[in-house]
Amino acid sequence: MSPETELGGAGAGATLVYLVAAVLFILGIKQLSSPQSARSGNRLAAIGMTIALVVTLLDRRILSYTEIAIGLLLGGGIGAIAARRVAMTAMPQLVALLNGSGGGAAAVVSTLEFNHLLRATGGLPPTEGVSILLGSLIGAVSFTGSIVAWGKLQGVFSEKAIIYPLQKPINFLLAAAILFLGGLLLTNAAGMPAYLAFLGASLLLGVLAVIPIGGGDMPVVVSLLNSFTGLATAAAGFALHNVVLIISGTLVGASGTLLTYLMCKAMNRPITNVLFGAFGATTAVSGAGAGGAGGAALAGKPVRDVSAEDAATMLAYAQSVIIIPGYGLAVAQAQHGVRELADLLKAKGVEVKYAIHPVAGRMPGHMNVLLAEANVPYEELFDLEQINDDFGRCDVALVIGANDVVNPAARHDPQSPIYGMPILDADRSKHVVILKRSMKPGFAGIENELFFDPKAMMLFGDAKASIGKLVAAVKGL
Amino acid sequence: MNALLGDLTIFVLAIFVGYEVISKVPVILHTPLMSGTNAIHGIIVVGAILVTGQADTAVVKWLGFVGVVLGAINVMGGFLVTDRMLRMFGKKKETPRG
Repeated sequence: MSPETELGGAGAGATLVYLVAAVLFILGIKQLSSPQSARSGNRLAAIGMTIALVVTLLDRRILSYTEIAIGLLLGGGIGAIAARRVAMTAMPQLVALLNGSGGGAAAVVSTLEFNHLLRATGGLPPTEGVSILLGSLIGAVSFTGSIVAWGKLQGVFSEKAIIYPLQKPINFLLAAAILFLGGLLLTNAAGMPAYLAFLGASLLLGVLAVIPIGGGDMPVVVSLLNSFTGLATAAAGFALHNVVLIISGTLVGASGTLLTYLMCKAMNRPITNVLFGAFGATTAVSGAGAGGAGGAALAGKPVRDVSAEDAATMLAYAQSVIIIPGYGLAVAQAQHGVRELADLLKAKGVEVKYAIHPVAGRMPGHMNVLLAEANVPYEELFDLEQINDDFGRCDVALVIGANDVVNPAARHDPQSPIYGMPILDADRSKHVVILKRSMKPGFAGIENELFFDPKAMMLFGDAKASIGKLVAAVKGL
Repeated sequence: MNALLGDLTIFVLAIFVGYEVISKVPVILHTPLMSGTNAIHGIIVVGAILVTGQADTAVVKWLGFVGVVLGAINVMGGFLVTDRMLRMFGKKKETPRG
């Protein structure tokens, strides 16, 4: 096919500039490998984006700039306001929405390219056809899937895994319909109406695929949808023969896939279990049974309370303290108080470290961002592999709003739903102080035997209030 | 066909480059990595600009406009929020160390 009949095939000059932009994206991500250079890396990528946009706007085939200019200003304005206003705790929601925007844009581009090819050549050339259909399908799934993910994270829709009768057969039929319509379109046996049905089915698939996934698994979903939007972009790049779309889309596809894999590994669950397991719902059911059994074993055991003053004394006279923050800390907005407590302890000569579980927070690396916001130096943040050996030498492990990630059952109880999940070995330190609102189980819906450990002490109450009491008590010592 | 092979070559090589650079990003920067790569897939706005600029019917124009808006949200939101987060990681030198 000659380049003139394509919408997006760029001239040699523009292609060279696109290549420079792609190189800047790669160098930008490369600089993200260290906190010192990360910010300039992001700037490099932004420069790449700017020059790609400028050279696109200079394209001679553009007939009218009105819609483009208004669209760029409107979208850019919305994006800028959202980026400025979002609270760091709400970062996963924003990333989900940005993902959805990109996916939606990819679906739009593929749809218009389909329309263009249909009218220019009367049919769908096979190679462009496959790219267009993949771009529409993946983009549409990412668009609606991201909106549902946002709704679950934001609390607009139920966070629980929603299951309804015939869920799997319905999804299967939908997938079959998409395949069938795609086949019709590729063999040019059908036109625009079939395409619209294809697109509609893809949009619906995005909704139905994410609805049965529990809120706690949304980080995995958001990573996966990030990778989907990247792949939809790459597919649009194939359809338009545009090199920068292919390279950038593929980079993001690789990034999202890798992060999804790392999250699943951190939870010791295969991706299929996350996507189709309806984790929150099944454990709510089996939690009554299994939790009942586990709960019965733990029911007779006493739980030790501790006062803020006693806990403060223990912390202040310890040599080494490891803080284990969980999402409960973020919800209570207690990260600034935690940093203040850590500063006080360090002034008394206590060594303070933070142990960050890979799934702490609501997206990969979320807890690090929340602590960085509270000015915690990143040198004090350690991930699971780095710190787990230190617990044996640690005097006090301070668990704040974390639960399943410190449950020793994951190590030794094959009956437990979280068995095999890598955990932080808080139970191996000399004392464990647990700040918790109540004895309510965590996301997995199971009892935590750490709370019943003789060396564990519970400081009940809102995390922020409890931290405030600890700070006051340490000051008073 | 040659064009397709060229595109496919770029695609496969980009997978390997992507895997290499991304696997070097430390866990503490995974959220900015996600929002930053998120901004990079906003490059789809380039495609949206091209299809909108060549629109010849009102429907195509409007749909293209929607695509440009969505893509621009993705780009601006992604880069700015990533910068906001990375600024926090960079400012550690000003904080007093115990």
